[in-house]
Amino acid sequence: MIGPRTAAAALLAAALIASPARPQAQAAAKVSAPIDLTGYWVSFVTEDWRYRMVTPPRGDYRNVPVTREALRVLNAWNPAADQAAGEACKSYGAAGLMRVPGRFRITWQDDTTLRVDSDAGMQTRLLRFASSPAGRPERTWQGTSAARWDARSLTVVTTNMRAGYLRKNGVPYSEHATMTEYFDVAPHPSGGQLLVVTAVVVDPQYLELPYITSANFKKEPDGSRWDPMPCSATW
Amino acid sequence: MGSDALFGDMVAARIAAVVFLALIAPSGALAQVELAGSWIPRAFEDVPNGGIPVDYTALPLNDEARIRALSYSEAQLAMIERQCEGWPQFYLVEGPFGLKIWSDTEPAKGAVVSWTIGAWEDRAPLVIWMDGRPHPPAHAEHTRGGFTTGRWEGNTLVARTTHMKAGFLRKNGPPNSDLTTMTTRFFRHGDLLTVLMVVEDPIYLAEPYVLSKTYQLDATPLLAVGPPCVTAYEGQEPGAGVPHFLPEKNPFIDELTTLLHIPREAVLGEVRTLYPEYRKEMKDRYIAPPPCTRNCGRVPTR
Repeated sequence: MIGPRTAAAALLAAALIASPARPQAQAAAKVSAPIDLTGYWVSFVTEDWRYRMVTPPRGDYRNVPVTREALRVLNAWNPAADQAAGEACKSYGAAGLMRVPGRFRITWQDDTTLRVDSDAGMQTRLLRFASSPAGRPERTWQGTSAARWDARSLTVVTTNMRAGYLRKNGVPYSEHATMTEYFDVAPHPSGGQLLVVTAVVVDPQYLELPYITSANFKKEPDGSRWDPMPCSATW
Repeated sequence: MGSDALFGDMVAARIAAVVFLALIAPSGALAQVELAGSWIPRAFEDVPNGGIPVDYTALPLNDEARIRALSYSEAQLAMIERQCEGWPQFYLVEGPFGLKIWSDTEPAKGAVVSWTIGAWEDRAPLVIWMDGRPHPPAHAEHTRGGFTTGRWEGNTLVARTTHMKAGFLRKNGPPNSDLTTMTTRFFRHGDLLTVLMVVEDPIYLAEPYVLSKTYQLDATPLLAVGPPCVTAYEGQEPGAGVPHFLPEKNPFIDELTTLLHIPREAVLGEVRTLYPEYRKEMKDRYIAPPPCTRNCGRVPTR
């Protein structure tokens, strides 16, 4: 027979072993955050410079495992037409946003929602730890993001995006794309922090393989360099 | 008190002890993850091996580094005595190859003494000592592989490498000094491994150079060593001198500007060109290059 002390000890152990990643604990995501992602982060482009800092030539899709259908789309890229059609934000959708050079402001919108604002393109991502409302919401550039803590990392799965561009030069992702991201932090040798965001984009329509990248950011002491600029299809 | 009650008390005591030990143990001891295996590169970002002789984009070089880089000729690699010189350890993230990782344990308790990332033909193995040994004194011998110690920060293995020989940040000549240090973090997410590398060099870098790359665990085993490096005649006559350019006369300095309209200061790795402000600075003077017509990407299979 198991006595009350045994049961109490077992309950205590279960409570302590329960990981913050467990769904029931995500309701207190802000309180249980194992890492602090809030603040201003600036991207610094030490990889893929020619694909991120300038708009690459039309038809250049090097290193992106596109399908033939994607090839047709990217070769027909017309930034002026995108701009005129009110589609200037296609390269600022969730699957491309974190690789656009700029600054990101991360705040807690409430106890269960991390908010990521970008100054480039003036976009807002909401990373929700709580369940999303029932029903399928309208597709948006930033889609619907479900977040959870995994040990000392943030995992985010984004769906329900409008079709957009992985690169400024029209390398496409479709509305069927999903993206899984992992946010990890590390100290910067000069003080402050580094953030690396590993992103895995899966798209049955335009990608033959998952497209995996990692973007690096540095934490800034304040928002003095925050410089909002609207989306631009032509630059 | 009956035997059941006694048994219950013993169980309770053991559970409480386990919980107590779990709470007081260093987080690193609890949170380690398995890294052993063959990890193939998911190379969807540029492999900065220097396909163009003067392309230092995305590097935070200082002036001294630029002058040395511009004096470099890749024909040096054809010299018999330099063919097997190899690359510094950061080539494991910059290079195109996968990572074969294993651990060595001490026999009594099975504690991990070291993690090793296997060598390639042109890179020495990276041995990450986990047993608390100190780094050698500053003036100890520098080797191609350097000296590396590691520790766990939660689920992340953190490795620090010192005592590397002087070499190159990229194959096209940007240099690193023998004072270079490297801090590497291994973040595992399921079957993905993201490696974040921070390279510091007080001689040639204007600020730390940060790279990251993601690998995927694969069932096909990678070799733990590369093929042996064998020298051969590659067109450079012994005693013919060291191929080089005078820095101001490097004939390739404008190749990337001509090809892709990338401004010279970015081609030459000025640190300000890494930040968003530079993109705004360029906006009004950048002219889009003509459409890509060849080597635009790999041909799709479906």
